[in-house]
Order: sequence, then structure tokens, then C-alpha cells
Amino acid sequence: MSLNRTAAGAGQKPRAWDRLSISTKQIVWAWTFLAVPMLFFTVVRFYPTAEAFYLSLTDWDFLRPASFIGLENYKMLLSDPVFWQVFRNTFAYLLIGTPISIVLSFVIAYYLDRIEFGHGFIRALYFLPFLTTAAAMAWVWRWFYQPPPIGVINSLLGAFGIPAQPFLRSVDQGLPAIMVTAIWAGLGFQIIIFLAGLRAIPATYHEAARVDGLGEFAILRKITLPLLKPTTVFLVVFSSIGFLRIFDQVYNMTSNDPGGPLNTTKPLVLMIYQTAFSSYQMGYAAAQTVVLFLILFAISMGQLWILRSR
Amino acid sequence: MTTKTATNNAIFRFRPGFIISWTLLFIGGVIMITPLLFMFSTSLKSAGQVYDLRLIPAAPTLDNYIRVLSDGRFVRWFLNSSLIAVVVTASCLFFDSLVAYTLAKFNFAGRKLVFLAILSTLMIPTEMLVIPWYLMSSKFGWLDSYWGIMFPGMMTAFGVFLMRQFFETVPNDFLEAARIDGLNEFEIWWKIAMPLVTPALSALAIFTFLGNWTAFFWPLIVTTDKDLYTLPVGLSSFAVEQSIQWEMIMTGAAIATIPTLLIFLFFQRYIVRGVMLGGVKG
Repeated sequence: MSLNRTAAGAGQKPRAWDRLSISTKQIVWAWTFLAVPMLFFTVVRFYPTAEAFYLSLTDWDFLRPASFIGLENYKMLLSDPVFWQVFRNTFAYLLIGTPISIVLSFVIAYYLDRIEFGHGFIRALYFLPFLTTAAAMAWVWRWFYQPPPIGVINSLLGAFGIPAQPFLRSVDQGLPAIMVTAIWAGLGFQIIIFLAGLRAIPATYHEAARVDGLGEFAILRKITLPLLKPTTVFLVVFSSIGFLRIFDQVYNMTSNDPGGPLNTTKPLVLMIYQTAFSSYQMGYAAAQTVVLFLILFAISMGQLWILRSR
Repeated sequence: MTTKTATNNAIFRFRPGFIISWTLLFIGGVIMITPLLFMFSTSLKSAGQVYDLRLIPAAPTLDNYIRVLSDGRFVRWFLNSSLIAVVVTASCLFFDSLVAYTLAKFNFAGRKLVFLAILSTLMIPTEMLVIPWYLMSSKFGWLDSYWGIMFPGMMTAFGVFLMRQFFETVPNDFLEAARIDGLNEFEIWWKIAMPLVTPALSALAIFTFLGNWTAFFWPLIVTTDKDLYTLPVGLSSFAVEQSIQWEMIMTGAAIATIPTLLIFLFFQRYIVRGVMLGGVKG
């Protein structure tokens, strides 16, 4: 873009503004446009970020003024057995939920992409859950998981002669039961993004491969998957972040004992919520949010590294 | 460049493989909406029929909806959620685009720095900011207010990032021509540039509206006054209170879900395209 220093129509009105060159005017306009947003980002994003780091080094409990205690909160966190349980849970959501949802959504998108008849309709079926409210659907799923004769899933199992499962009341099945809900809710978005990625691969690539005698599977492995790598990396990161921050489903599906039974379904964000807004240990909770940030940061850096070393 | 839309389909058509994959995809799709079907079905059943798990209610009734809506709480929460989602979406469309346009089309020192600074906020999870936001809200008296619920989302780095990519594709000649015609910079943005990026605006609108309509974590923290609950938070407290009256809970869940599903039915094409745009570019 070329910025002419000779302003169009300059000199007609001899006011100070009109005597400014176009590039100077542009600078004035730019900062006028940016003034309110920059104030917003400073007050609502930058300053609170710094404050969260600072609070994590204090014993602030909302009643007495905060005093600086160094890394005490982090030491307390590392020696807190509940934290390690929560840490394991959070990574269970992330490390099991992400691969399952990525593979499922890719397989569905791969076959859906080849279908013309009823394409929009079937796509809509998969996409609809993405538009629901997690807090609302958590209750639907909670009802599904109830013991017989109330729960839909146990009634279905009963019809096949399978004994009733405790699901949310079990220390083993609680976390997977909640994870299914989260996978279900996110699947539609991932399918749509994979479909967009598949559609962006030029048809000529596939035709050329077919002329060369490659089978469908070889085309998938040698052409489709490598070309889809940016999409896949994006979805892996997006999905990981989603599972890392899981809260709505857990809070609503275990509301009588949040994160229970025995903390076996509790993710980090729920621990943060309880520490901050049930026990009002704000400093301690802030330290937990810093841990969450560090995990997210590592994932984002991993994404950049993978995409760069391409 | 040709896309492979049409070519591949022809290969699969009328082959056994096609019929099998179509059937499996269809069954999978039906499984996906089963929770929604059961939710609506149960919301139309009376308390006595809840244990009857047939999908089509034997004697469908709207009684649950009348009972849930009659005490006014759900109406209130519904209006709260609508107001918040609409205002926040409008604010994001305006400010995110304005910032994005400025960063894409103006030359000034510090442009890169401003962009990187805004982009860097994407690395900070909301959960890390809620404690400072809560502190700020209690200091300024924003707890239990619409502004308290709305203020963190009034501008988003995601929106700036998304819109900037689209404004960069707007030809400078258009803007230059408008400048010669005597439009000021604000008018150029509003009247010339904005209409050229409407697909991106609709994508941003969809994401922002949906995100705010379904938001749970921050509204749960910032409100204790039941009159100010948003629909998800209200539903959550309602469901706890109803404990095992599943038909009432399903009705509440249905009320929270119906608006977004209706919007989808009307704007399906735009929404799917918008999600593709937002997801791929954003």
C-alpha cells in the first residue's frame, strides 16, 4: 500500500487537521480506533494475568489482606494428594479423550466426504450436539447413566441381559462416563473441520495417484493424511485444550459431590473453582491456575514446534 | 483449482461399500442425536410415564413446559441469556473488526507489537483470569450485574485474529477510491470494508453467540442472585433442586437447547460454512 504524502484536497480548509499529511492522519486514526480496545485488553487481560501470577505467591483468602509467601502455595500443591489425583484425572480426560475423538471424527468425516446422497442431512445429525449447552446436556447424560429402571443405558443393557452398571457412582466408571459426554459434544465440530480439510485437497492429487495405480488405502496414507496434517494438529490442540479445561459436564453430572466419588472424576478446573469459590483460598487457587496455564503453554508450544518442523 | 467434491462420490455410488458406509454413518448419526430425542420425548411425558422409555410418548403433554415456565424463573433466565449473548456478540463484531481492520490496513509504528500483544492473550486460559476478574468485580460492584457477566467477553483476541485475515484480502484500491471520494477513515471501514467481509462476520457472530449462550463457568462465579442467572446456570440450580424429577429437568434442558437448534435449522448453511471458516482460519 502506497501512502501518498500529497493529501487529496489538502489546503482547501486551512484547519490544523487538514494540514497533516495522510500518513500522519493514518497514525491518528489508527490510535483512535485502538484506544478503547487497548484499554480493554490492558484492564481485562494483561493486568489480570500479571495479578494471577502475583496472587499465586500470596496467602490471600478474601478476608485478610494478602501477604507475600513466596512459593509456599506451590509447595503445598505438590504435597497435596488431592492435587495429584486431580492431575491424573485431568490427563486421563486429555490423553484418552483426545485420541478417541480425533480418530472417530476423522473416520466419520472421511466416509461422509464421499457421500453425496443425504450428505447435508447426515452431517447435520453429527453436528447438532455441538450446538447444545454442555450444562444442559450433562443432565440428560446423567439421567441416561442412572440405575435401572430410570436410566436409559442400563435399561438397554438389561434388555441384552447385561447386569446394571453403576456408571457415575463408581470410582472406575465415573470418569469414562463423563468423558463420553464431552467427546459426544465436541465430535460435530471436529467432523466439520476435517470435512473442510478434506475438501481443500485438490482432486487432481487423488486422480494422479489413482492413475499411478495406488489403492484407496495407499492414497489415504500417502496423500490425504500428510496433506491433512495442519488440520489434524489444530484439532489435536483444540481438543486437548477442551479436555484440559473440562468443567461444565463434571460439575453438573456430579453436583451432589462435585468431582466425586472420592475425587475420581475431578479435573483441575473444578479443583480451582472449589479452592477459590468454596474455600476462598484465592492464593492457593491462583497457584493452581498457573499450573493450568503451564500445561496449556506446553501444548501450544508443542503445536508450533510440530508445524514448524514440517 | 478443482475440488474433489463431485469426482469421488461417483466412485462410491451404487457399490456395496457405499451402501454399507452410508448405513453405518446414518446409524452413527442417529446415535448422536439420541440424547436430544430422549430429552424432548421425556419433556413431553408426565411424571408417571418417565419410566416408560419408549421414544414416542404414549400421551404427550405440554404440562411440564407450562409448569417450568409458569413460575417465571426460566423466562427471566432466558431473557438474561439472550440479552447477554446479543450484547456481547454485537460488541465483539464491532470492536474485534475495528481492531482487526486497523491492524490489517493502517501503517503505524507499533502495529506488529499491538497484534502480538493481543494474540498472546490467546495463551492465557480464562480460568487463570477469573480470580482477578472476581476481585475486580467485587471492588467495582459488578458482582450480580449484567455488566459483570458480560465484561470479560466484550472483545476477543480470536475475533481480532480471524477478522484480520479477512481484512487483509480487501483490495487497497477500494479503500483508496473511498478516500478520494471524501469518506473519512471510520466511514471507509464501516461502509466499504465491513460489507466485504460479511462471511467472516457471520462466522464470528456464530462463535461468539454460541459461546456466550452456553457459557457456564464465569456466570456461575459472578452471580449469586437467582434473578441474574443465565440459562445454563439457572438450569443447573433448577436441576439440583428438582433432584429426581427427570421430566422437569429434561424440560428445562430442552428450553436451553431449543433456541440454538432453531437458529441452526434456519441458518444451517451459514453456520456450517461459518464454523469451517472460523475453524480453518482462526
